[in-house]
Amino acid sequence: MATIADEMQQPVAAEAVQTGYHYPDANGHFGRYGGRFVPETLMHPLAELTDAYERYLKDPAFLAELDNDLRDYVGRPSPLYHAERWSRELGGAQIFLKREDLNHTGAHKVNNTVGQALLAKRMGKTRIIAETGAGQHGVASATVAARMGLECVVYMGEVDVARQRANVYRMRLLGAQVVSVKSGSRTLKDALNEAMRDWVTNVDNTFYIIGTVAGPHPYPAMVRDFQAVIGREARTQMLERSGRLPDVVLACVGGGSNAIGLFYPFIDDADVRMIGVEAGGEGIASGHHAAPLCAGKPGVLHGNRTYLMEDENGQIAATHSVSAGLDYPGVGPEHAWLKDSGRAEYIAVSDDEALAAFHGLTRTEGIMPALETSHALAYAAKLAPTLRRDQTIVVNLSGRGDKDMDTVAQLDGIVL
Amino acid sequence: MSRIDGLFERLRGQGRTALIPFVTAGDPQPDVTVALMHRMVAAGADLIELGVPFSDPIADGPVIQRATERALAAGVRLRDVLEMVRAFRTQDTVTPVVLMGYLNPIEIMGVETFAAEAAAAGVDGALVVDVPPEEAAELAGKLRPHALDLVYLLAPTSDAERIARIGGVASGFVYYVAVKGVTGAGNLDIDGVGAKLAEIRARIPLPVGVGFGIKDGESAARVAAVADAVIVGSAIVERIEALMETPAAIADAVADFIGALRQAIDAADRRREAP
Repeated sequence: MATIADEMQQPVAAEAVQTGYHYPDANGHFGRYGGRFVPETLMHPLAELTDAYERYLKDPAFLAELDNDLRDYVGRPSPLYHAERWSRELGGAQIFLKREDLNHTGAHKVNNTVGQALLAKRMGKTRIIAETGAGQHGVASATVAARMGLECVVYMGEVDVARQRANVYRMRLLGAQVVSVKSGSRTLKDALNEAMRDWVTNVDNTFYIIGTVAGPHPYPAMVRDFQAVIGREARTQMLERSGRLPDVVLACVGGGSNAIGLFYPFIDDADVRMIGVEAGGEGIASGHHAAPLCAGKPGVLHGNRTYLMEDENGQIAATHSVSAGLDYPGVGPEHAWLKDSGRAEYIAVSDDEALAAFHGLTRTEGIMPALETSHALAYAAKLAPTLRRDQTIVVNLSGRGDKDMDTVAQLDGIVL
Repeated sequence: MSRIDGLFERLRGQGRTALIPFVTAGDPQPDVTVALMHRMVAAGADLIELGVPFSDPIADGPVIQRATERALAAGVRLRDVLEMVRAFRTQDTVTPVVLMGYLNPIEIMGVETFAAEAAAAGVDGALVVDVPPEEAAELAGKLRPHALDLVYLLAPTSDAERIARIGGVASGFVYYVAVKGVTGAGNLDIDGVGAKLAEIRARIPLPVGVGFGIKDGESAARVAAVADAVIVGSAIVERIEALMETPAAIADAVADFIGALRQAIDAADRRREAP
C-alpha cells in the first residue's frame, strides 16, 4: 500500500483532471453551502489556519510525520473485515467493515486530531480546545494534547456529560479540563457554541480542533482531508481483495466526518453508491430526530451554510438521538452539496433499529459497535438482502461501543 | 440623508460622542422594550441597538445569552422585533435603530422580505454578527435599495487589508470590537483601542463606534476620548436581569445608568474640546 504521504500529494490535481470534483472553492463553498459565517474576530485566524493547512498538506516533512503517527500511534491501516456470518444471516450482499473501532482511542476521530495537533504544533499554538458530543472527539483531542504536552479544554453539553460519564473520566485522566455546557439544549451544538466563544477570546495561543466536517472554512475541507485516509485505505483494500470496487459505501452521519472520510476517495467512482445514514430518533414523523438532510432545510449555523433542523422562525431546533454523537441539528456542508447534486443518498434509521443492529452485530460477529455506527449497520442490514450475493457493501465501523454500555443497558432495562 | 448619517453629522458639529445602548428585544418580556427605548433616548441615548434573539448566539457572553434565552422563552421572534420598532417610530421618528443579530432568522424570513419589512417598520440598519464582508453580497444587495445600512464589525485581529476591504463596503458606521472575546468580556485596553482606531480612520471615512468591555462611566469616558460612538450592552442587560422579577422598575434603573454614561461621555467631550 502506498504511504499516506504519497497519496496525499496526489489526489487534488488527479481528481480535478478526472471529473472536475474540486470542492470547496477558494472561499470554502461547496456549491451554495459552506463558507465562513463567523464574527470578524475569527476571520484573520481562519485565514492563517487556511494558509498553514494548505502549506503543510504539500510539505513532505509534515506528511511523513503524519504518516508515522497514523501508523505507529493510531495503528493504521485499519483492517477491512469481511463480516461473513452476518452477511450470510442477512442473505444478500457481502458486508465488509472498515474497522475504525480498532484505532487508538476506539474511533475514527483520532485520524483528524492527530493531523490537527501536528498543525497546531507547527503554528506554535500551546492550547487545544475541542467540542464533543459522545466524547469520542474529546477523548481523541485530549489524547493528542497529552502526547504533545499541550493544555486541553473540552466543551461538552451537560446532557452528554451525564450520558457519557466514562468518556468524561477518560478525558480527565488524560489531563484535559472538561467544561460542562449548560446553555441552550446542553448538547453538542451548545458545546460547539461555547468552544467558538473560547476561541474568539483566546485566539492568540489557542488552536480549535473541530471534530467534524462542519464549522467555517477551512474546517470542512481540512477535517475531510485528514479523514479521507479511511476511504483511501478501503478503496485499495477492496481492490486487493476482490479486484473491484464496492457497490455501496455506507456510513452514519452526524456532522459527517466518518462518512465523508469514507466517501471522498470514491466520489470519482460513479458506479459506487454512497449512502449516509442519519439519526431518525423516534421516527422522522415524530419530529424527535437528528436528521437535517432527510427532514431539514438550508440555513446558517456554526460558521457554515448547510441543512439544519430549525423552526419556522429560524431558531435551531432541539434534536433527539439515542446516540450523543449524532445528536446535532446541522451537518457538514459537503454532505449538503452531495445530497443536492445527487451524488450521495441520505436516509434515516430510528433509535430502535440502531439498537437492534447493535445487538445483531455483537451476537453474530463478536464486534460491539458504537451506537452512532449502529445506525449505518441498521441500514446495511436492510439493504443487504435486496442485493445479490456477489455484490459488496463497505460499512464504516466508525467506533466501538464500550462507551455506550450504560445507555444500552438502560434501554434494555438493566441496571449495571 | 439617513437618520444614522444625520445623527453623526449633527454630533460632529457639536463635538460630541454618540452613546449607543444595546438591549435584547423582549428581555425579560415583550411589553418592556418599546417604553425602555423611549426612556433610554430621554436619558441620553443617540442610537439604539436592538438585539434580535437567536438560539445559538456564538458571539455573546453569558449575560446576553441569558437575555436571549429570556426573550425566546417569552416568544419573541424577528417579526415581533420589527413590530417593536414600528411601535417605537409612532413617537420617535429621529433616533436611529439598528438591529443586531445573526443571519439564520433573517434568511428564513427571506432577505428581501426582511429588508422591505424592516425599512417599513423604521429600522435604519442591521449588524449581522456572523456575516463578514466575504459572505455579505446578497444581504447588502437587498438592504441597499431600502436605504438600510449594513453595519460591519472590525476586530483587534482585522489587519490592514481587511480594514480596507470593510471600508469599501460599509455604510452608516463601523463597530470596532475592542477586545478579543464575546460580549461582556473584560480587559479593555484603551491604548490599544486608540492605536487601532487611528489605523481604521486612515482607511474608513465613516464614524467608528467602539463596544465590548465598556462597563461604567469611567470606561465610557476613556473610549469617548478616541471613538465617535460608545456602545454599551452587557452592562445594561445586567441591570435588566437584576430586575427581571420587577419589570416595572427596569426603565428607571436603565435610564439612571444611561444618564451616568451620558454625563461621563459629555465631560470627556468637553475635555477634548477644551483648548
